[in-house]
Amino acid sequence: MLDFLVRRVAISVVTLLVISLIVFTGVRMIPGDPARVMGGTDADAAGLAEIRQKYGLDAPIPVQYLRWLGLAMRGDLGESIRTRESVVWTVARKLPITMELAGLSLLIALAIAIPAGVFSAVRRNTVWDFLVNAASLCGLSVPSFWLGLMLILLLSVRLHWLPASGFVPPWEDLGANLRRMLMPAFVLGAGLAAVLMRQTRNSMIEILSADYIRTAWSKGLAGRAVIFRHAFRNGLIPVVTILGLQTGALMGGAVVTEQIFVVPGFGRLIVESVFTRDYPLVQGVVLITASTYVLVNLLVDLSYSLLNPRIRIGGGTGGG
Amino acid sequence: MAADRAGRLWRRLWRRPPAAVGAVVVLFFLGLAVGAPWIATSDPQRSDYGKIRKAPTAANPFGTDDLGRDNFSRVVWGTRISMQAGVFSILLAIAIGVPAGLVAGYRSGGLVDQLIMRLTDAWLAFPFLILAIGLVTIMGASLTNATVAIGLAATPTYIRLTRGLVLSTREEDYVQAARALGAGGPRTILRHILPNIVSALLVQATVSIPGAIIAEAILSFLGLGVQPPTPSWGTMLNTAQQFLETAPWMAWWPGLAIFSLTLSFNLAGDGLRDLLDPRDY
Repeated sequence: MLDFLVRRVAISVVTLLVISLIVFTGVRMIPGDPARVMGGTDADAAGLAEIRQKYGLDAPIPVQYLRWLGLAMRGDLGESIRTRESVVWTVARKLPITMELAGLSLLIALAIAIPAGVFSAVRRNTVWDFLVNAASLCGLSVPSFWLGLMLILLLSVRLHWLPASGFVPPWEDLGANLRRMLMPAFVLGAGLAAVLMRQTRNSMIEILSADYIRTAWSKGLAGRAVIFRHAFRNGLIPVVTILGLQTGALMGGAVVTEQIFVVPGFGRLIVESVFTRDYPLVQGVVLITASTYVLVNLLVDLSYSLLNPRIRIGGGTGGG
Repeated sequence: MAADRAGRLWRRLWRRPPAAVGAVVVLFFLGLAVGAPWIATSDPQRSDYGKIRKAPTAANPFGTDDLGRDNFSRVVWGTRISMQAGVFSILLAIAIGVPAGLVAGYRSGGLVDQLIMRLTDAWLAFPFLILAIGLVTIMGASLTNATVAIGLAATPTYIRLTRGLVLSTREEDYVQAARALGAGGPRTILRHILPNIVSALLVQATVSIPGAIIAEAILSFLGLGVQPPTPSWGTMLNTAQQFLETAPWMAWWPGLAIFSLTLSFNLAGDGLRDLLDPRDY
């Protein structure tokens, strides 16, 4: 177990280092002088020299990278060109909004996908199974931003049930907050629900045909006990993996969803920073996103051992 | 013999109606993309200020947009952009990912493998869309750059997949036999391993093309892909968002086009996976 832990953490650290290298190089690859980029178009020669000095741009590239990495590890990602606010602070203000959105969409996705997946696995090859599969395929194929527009058209423009856009902090008015979050959360959760539904169905089908399930049936256990006590827990393992891998899709999806529903979160921040050419902000946001993804997947890998004792024991032998 | 095989594939496909429908619709869109100049005869970029945001009529079956342009024509021409972006980006991902994966898999455990895989892990840690957005920021917004960005963002999937496939194929008896007969590395990889993993890569391609098509539409929707006045489904939806209340038809058709094209690709891909799954034989 310890061996597995150490190995897994070491790989994550290397990955994070390579990520930082990619992000650093990426920003350096933007055509033009970084000082000019940071100073904006109206900076004069003295201003440029000052910026070079301030950000250490006159030092050799490897030194610059190490200095930047050192600051980043202490939580200093520089400041936004546009607002002069620290990047970390800007992100810290926006992130809770996106986390609420992602949390709600995850709840919606799980509430749809797990029951539907289990149901269609139990009723395999019936009309119900076919319908669940069809719904999942549609969820996979529908472009989220179009789904969002169509929902706005139906629920806001035609029926006036939900507000089309905007954001109200939950501590000001929880009801208003949820009414505005419902549509974006559903749009963001739809694709995830589709993926999870498929995964739940497939892994439940596989588990339900296992020997120990047949044993449970033949002992005369009631259907519900077999499905929930015996099959469900094991069937959940691949679902958790997919969940970890989908955090990336969730973060990418937040960009689009927040743009459509005008939610002032992390995703909108990314688009804004790209459009205003606020490179320190882009750099910080991308670095934080990728690091979050690595950490979430580390946690997912570690959580297997809780769900499946076999990995806890034999984990060290897995190839990488 | 190839024709015979294609015929057999087609008959097997026909026994899976959803996959057959998917394949037919994909071919239909391919036809639209190729035949756009003959199908949509009115100029997709010509404005008519007497016909701004008009509901669908016989002359303009999909209505007109905010500049009085024919939406039908724009949707048809948009097919070209989407198909181009979807197919070329995945071809790029394959062109980089498959050779890298072959080398990493064949030399697994070695320095080159470690180097490629750590880079792949890091690359995979960037969410697909955010990586594409970041790359477009560096390269500048245009269709070509969006295509390249999507291709590069999709590359690690192919490296991973190819490497995994090579690892499982490498130990097969026929590969061992080829090596025992004195075949060198390149020959073993190209003549004995590659042909046996092509079908799995093909299935992956049919799954990633719809993803790439949606990604292009999203980038264009955000203003980071195709630039106006070129008709693309993403930019059309971007404009449509502003007129949702007064001209909802502007949002229906481009979205429906993306939806049906990606759905068909997914259906065809599912069918193809079933067909090529060796357990099926």
